[in-house]
Amino acid sequence: MNSIIFTAGARILVALLFVFSLFMLLRGHHLPGGGFIGGLLGAVAFIVYSLACGPAEAKSALRASPEGIAAVGLGIALVAGLVAFFFGDPFFTGQWYWVGGDSYETSIFSLNTVLVFDIGVYLVVLGSILSIAYAFEEET
Amino acid sequence: MTSWLLVMPIAVPFATAVLAYLMRRAPAGRWISLTGSVLSLVASIALLMAVLDEGVIAAQMSNWDAPFGITLVADYLGVVMVVITAITGLATAIYALGEIPERLERLGYHALFQTLIAGVTGAFLTGDLFNLYVWFEVMLISSFGLLVLGGTREQLDAGIKYVALNLVSTLIFLSGIGLLYGVTGTLNMADLRDAVANSEDQTLITVIAMMFMVGFGVKAGVFPLFFWLPASYHTPSFAVSAVFAGLLTKVGVYAMMRMFTLVFVGDIGFTHEILIWVSLATMLTGVLGAAAQTDFRKILSFHIISQIGYMTLGLALYTPLALMGGVFYLVHHIIVKANLFLVSGVAYKLTGSTDLNRIGGLYKSSPFLAALFIVPAFSLAGFPPLSGFWAKYLIVKASIELEMWFVAFIALFVGLLTIFSMTKIWGMAFWKPHPDGIEPVPTRVPAHIRLPMMLPIIGLATMTVLIGLFPEPFVQFAETAAAQLLDPSDYVTTVLGAQR
Repeated sequence: MNSIIFTAGARILVALLFVFSLFMLLRGHHLPGGGFIGGLLGAVAFIVYSLACGPAEAKSALRASPEGIAAVGLGIALVAGLVAFFFGDPFFTGQWYWVGGDSYETSIFSLNTVLVFDIGVYLVVLGSILSIAYAFEEET
Repeated sequence: MTSWLLVMPIAVPFATAVLAYLMRRAPAGRWISLTGSVLSLVASIALLMAVLDEGVIAAQMSNWDAPFGITLVADYLGVVMVVITAITGLATAIYALGEIPERLERLGYHALFQTLIAGVTGAFLTGDLFNLYVWFEVMLISSFGLLVLGGTREQLDAGIKYVALNLVSTLIFLSGIGLLYGVTGTLNMADLRDAVANSEDQTLITVIAMMFMVGFGVKAGVFPLFFWLPASYHTPSFAVSAVFAGLLTKVGVYAMMRMFTLVFVGDIGFTHEILIWVSLATMLTGVLGAAAQTDFRKILSFHIISQIGYMTLGLALYTPLALMGGVFYLVHHIIVKANLFLVSGVAYKLTGSTDLNRIGGLYKSSPFLAALFIVPAFSLAGFPPLSGFWAKYLIVKASIELEMWFVAFIALFVGLLTIFSMTKIWGMAFWKPHPDGIEPVPTRVPAHIRLPMMLPIIGLATMTVLIGLFPEPFVQFAETAAAQLLDPSDYVTTVLGAQR
């Protein structure tokens, strides 16, 4: 696609989409959002970028292979589930550490395995959508 | 802590898949995959021990109690399927050391393979209907990847047919899930049992039941929904087709057995009666289809279909003896069928083709392979004292007890036709001389390829013989499994009462 308007607009759009995807990822669990929707938005950002600047540049901007990202994401999600073992809980039970309080209302922020799991999901979705999208681009 | 026993058979192959993918360019990848398969087997045997010890065990993922969270359950049927999946997985992982070329390994063969095993295991362990759908999708994606890996024209053609028809099946399955949730408000299988029985609209329940039967029927490959199976199973590498042949259709049969003993038992006269006729048609069309083929793997593919009929027949007759036969058949069939596909791979390496018209001479040059073919082939046909004899015996006996002479006759007749197909392979691939004058001696294949391919064949054939010679513990196991299926009160109370 060789439209100069699209290429110029894509720069802003890609940045916005990507920031929004990270926002969605971090917003999840307590509010609508999460890793899946965030990953989809992140993938859209890269697809827009590859439509504007060509697949080769989009691939180099991603730095890693999409399949590799998906595999690492699966690993992260799995590890997030396995953490529960060390606390004697069933698989995938969320482990929470509240900073400056003892619940959602009183604490400043929390460290938890749920977010780690969501990051894993984010990477799985991002990686698998992009690997499919890139495969299509190679075909055409 | 029992909850971790249920998780491990699923988590281990997933972890292996991740590591194997990251190491796919190094030779370490295949050893990671092999180690993962060994660990899966250890994990599933640990689970088997726990089930033998305590009966049905269940675990609530994330500590959400049933029926709200996802439950993993292992009863006798579920756990034996998990163990047999791990055994098949290990056998084909060893086989892959010899067969799978480095080119496919670099594309991520081992990661896809382990994901497939994880998906199959998950489907056997889950106690939640939507989760079952998710496992079906995991299986479908990874098996599609394995099917088209390498990307030849033939493989892509098969892959499209496979995926298109299986997507239709999952869509019907998913619509059924949606309707069922709308009617009952729950998707936990144990919870569904009461919810479905107490539902006011039993007509709608029967309609939903038929949607599930069609959805699972496509997966299992029953008449008239089996077309994807012979169109695709002969194209991928032999290790892949052995896993497919052993496990994939059996997940459909398992799901059918689970749903039509646990949930949809309100109108047995209707649903199970249909299943009897479907089973008979499946047995006949499968075996007749095989008679028309001359490709080693295509013959075996059609025989999968015909054997599926026996298993669904065990479910359809719905007596303790018949279900016992169905469970026994399921286990016996996975071992035998995977082994036959593995043998066909060795025959291909030795003779250079799978077309029976273009190969031969295996008996004279490789008598050991011939002996290893005889065991699963005659077991498939139901020769005493091999495992298939007991499986068929139980099914036929159950139909005679119900005085369904026609059913018993068809079951025996199909067995006879199976022998015909097996002797055809025997005569054309093993007895007649090779048409090109080649002598397919084992040394035509280098030892580092031949040995890992022969080892799992020997192992699986030994299991077939052992089950045949000492059927008692296996039959007893199947009897308990059938009793649990017919009276799932243990299953229901364990799931709904399971904490931690």
